Amino acid sequence: MALAENPHPAACPACVAAPDMSDIRDRDPARAGPVRLELSLPGIHCAGCISGVERALQAVPGVASARVNLTLKRASIEAGAEVSADRLVEVLDRAGYEAHELDATALSATGTDRAGRDLAMRLAVAFFANMNVMLLSVSVWAGAADATRDMFHWLSGAIAIPAVIFAGVPFYRSAWGALRRWRLNMDVPISLALVLALALSLWETWLSGHHAYFDAALSLVFFLLLGRYLDHRTRASARSAAEELTALEVPKALKLEGGRESEVHAADLAPGDRVLVRPGGRVPVDGVVETGTSELDRSLMTGESLPVFASAGHEVSAGEVNLTGPLTVRVIAAGRETSLHRIADLVAVAEAGRANYNSLADRAARAYAPVVHLMALGAFVGWMWISGGDMRLSLNIAVATLIITCPCALGLAVPAVTAAASGRLFRSGLLIKDGTALERLAEIDVVVFDKTGTLTMGAPLPEGLESLSDEERAVALALAEGSAHPLSRALVEAARHAGAEPAAVTEVREVPGYGVEGRFAGRTVRLGRADWVGARPVERTATWLALGEADPKPIVFADALRPGAEEAVAALRAAGKRILLMSGDTAAAVAAFAGRIGIDEHVAEALPADKAARIRDLTTEGHRVLMVGDGLNDTAALAAAHVSISPASALDAARVASDIVLLGRDLAPVADAVDTGIRARKRIKENFALSTVYNVVAVPFALLGFATPFLAALAMSASSVTVSLNALRLR
Amino acid sequence: MEVLTYLIPISLFLGGVGLVAFFWTMKTKQYDDPEGDRHRILRDDYDDKPKD
Repeated sequence: MALAENPHPAACPACVAAPDMSDIRDRDPARAGPVRLELSLPGIHCAGCISGVERALQAVPGVASARVNLTLKRASIEAGAEVSADRLVEVLDRAGYEAHELDATALSATGTDRAGRDLAMRLAVAFFANMNVMLLSVSVWAGAADATRDMFHWLSGAIAIPAVIFAGVPFYRSAWGALRRWRLNMDVPISLALVLALALSLWETWLSGHHAYFDAALSLVFFLLLGRYLDHRTRASARSAAEELTALEVPKALKLEGGRESEVHAADLAPGDRVLVRPGGRVPVDGVVETGTSELDRSLMTGESLPVFASAGHEVSAGEVNLTGPLTVRVIAAGRETSLHRIADLVAVAEAGRANYNSLADRAARAYAPVVHLMALGAFVGWMWISGGDMRLSLNIAVATLIITCPCALGLAVPAVTAAASGRLFRSGLLIKDGTALERLAEIDVVVFDKTGTLTMGAPLPEGLESLSDEERAVALALAEGSAHPLSRALVEAARHAGAEPAAVTEVREVPGYGVEGRFAGRTVRLGRADWVGARPVERTATWLALGEADPKPIVFADALRPGAEEAVAALRAAGKRILLMSGDTAAAVAAFAGRIGIDEHVAEALPADKAARIRDLTTEGHRVLMVGDGLNDTAALAAAHVSISPASALDAARVASDIVLLGRDLAPVADAVDTGIRARKRIKENFALSTVYNVVAVPFALLGFATPFLAALAMSASSVTVSLNALRLR
Repeated sequence: MEVLTYLIPISLFLGGVGLVAFFWTMKTKQYDDPEGDRHRILRDDYDDKPKD
């Protein structure tokens, strides 16, 4: 009776306490459908992080659900339309977790997943069939004879034939693709071995023969699929994460036409059009400022760390970031004609050169495939001659040779190592975009770093705040809060961190391109450019604070060193690499910075083409260069280098051009990556050696006609397992 | 040897059950976050609710 009185009978108290979902929807009819947001969380690693992130996200009003995927280091959030990703990133930042927004619509995970799931299904079928056939085979090896043996063979065939046909599809498809273009790849001997083994075994079974190779065919498919699957997993996860990073930046522009703004694709603009660039926005075209004053951050384009003043008549180029005031820009060049795009063309040229890289696996496959065919053919012809035309015997020996020499361990040797190494690097925050990047990383002897945004955070940090009086600091903080300029934001953060409270400054207004102005205790107070507040400019990045008629005081900024930068440089030097610093910044700034971080060789005021040319020079001198950079000015250099790394904060074009993306803020994993690359290459070579040894031992048996299905299964499994275990040593 | 007529179909059936179970776990995306699930199962505030 007590239950019946309860208007909401529920199984547990929590369910009673939880509001009914339909209630919420009824109460909030204006809300648009829930949106899915994806965040990348490079720093999370434990159960505490999962709870911490999920709790922090769920506490945000409007968030319906938040789920962390620790494997992908990602969180997916379902929330009302009023929740923005920026807000969530901010919340997580305050909770102590680094987060980046990912474009949920660009998630191609479902597409790539399907291929992975397909491989896993085939793998499962191969495994299931293999285990069952092995049970029957063991009985045959143990001495089952006559009718029992024949029945076991027939049963094995009934399981193996459909299973091999289904599970081997990826190999048949690839082999057919190669044969159609009159070429050989690894999948040709594999497919041939599978088809011949099945056909021969069926024939033997029909004739009540002693040996059938059904189990060997299945083991072959199983181990090779395992290699394929590992390879796919490694690539798919890296590719989807890289795609997500890329999809963040869509080149849109605000076109002004008859006093109205409309959003258009940057490529659709024509010279003479006028576009509006809002503060915080990236300039989409090359052009001339018509109206408005502001400052431009050109660091990603040129490596300059100082913002540049811009007003009517100044030229701007695509890729620069507008900092303070809105600008109207008349288009001079758009789309393919912009300087940004010309740099992208440099990249295409440089990348074409690198596509010729031959991985160890390619080279091994190219040498191996003909050998396998020739040896099997030789065995067949040779035994036909020796036995005087005994087709059955000769075919048996040829198939045994084909199965034993088949690149089972070879197919696992590289993927197993790459998967283990990529997993290890992913855990330390590195995303391997290109499969051969690890091998190339192992070969480098010169490391070239970009300065702004790579070794530094690309974000200024105020120095000497203590030298200001409490009052000055409070006024500076109050003024800085009135602007979104990066210097202001850095000042706010630092002052707050030092425990300052904003003063009661009134009438705060931002004068775009100059600074912030307000009234405090009856005086006009200003924070901004030197000439605006009446001071003489200094060499370094600085903003000036003027209280009434008092002398303006400078607040000097330094670019904050990226965490782990010093460790990375030191570790690479200890590993015997030659280290260069190449920056587009001024000679004084570069020299000072190089001294601080301990790099002897440095190049300043380098143009994008200079950087790429310098790297090509190094390459022709016989060096293998690792380039670490983030800006557009680095893009061509990144593509020209033997292997390249860029941080996740880098410009889209730079990330696309690089082989490895650094997901976290910390630079220290770079040194670790080089080390892992070297060890990965060592493991790959060991694996090749191991599988060669198995072949050298087993092939004579096969050629002499002593190979039995038992021996084939043993050699195949043993070599595959050893190779996988050796790869696991990398983890 | 007559026992084989029972045993072989039984072993095939059991293996098949395992295979189907594996397909089911694939279809329901249970391998999407092995790393996270490993930690989640030990968490105190285990708060996953069945999907509604």
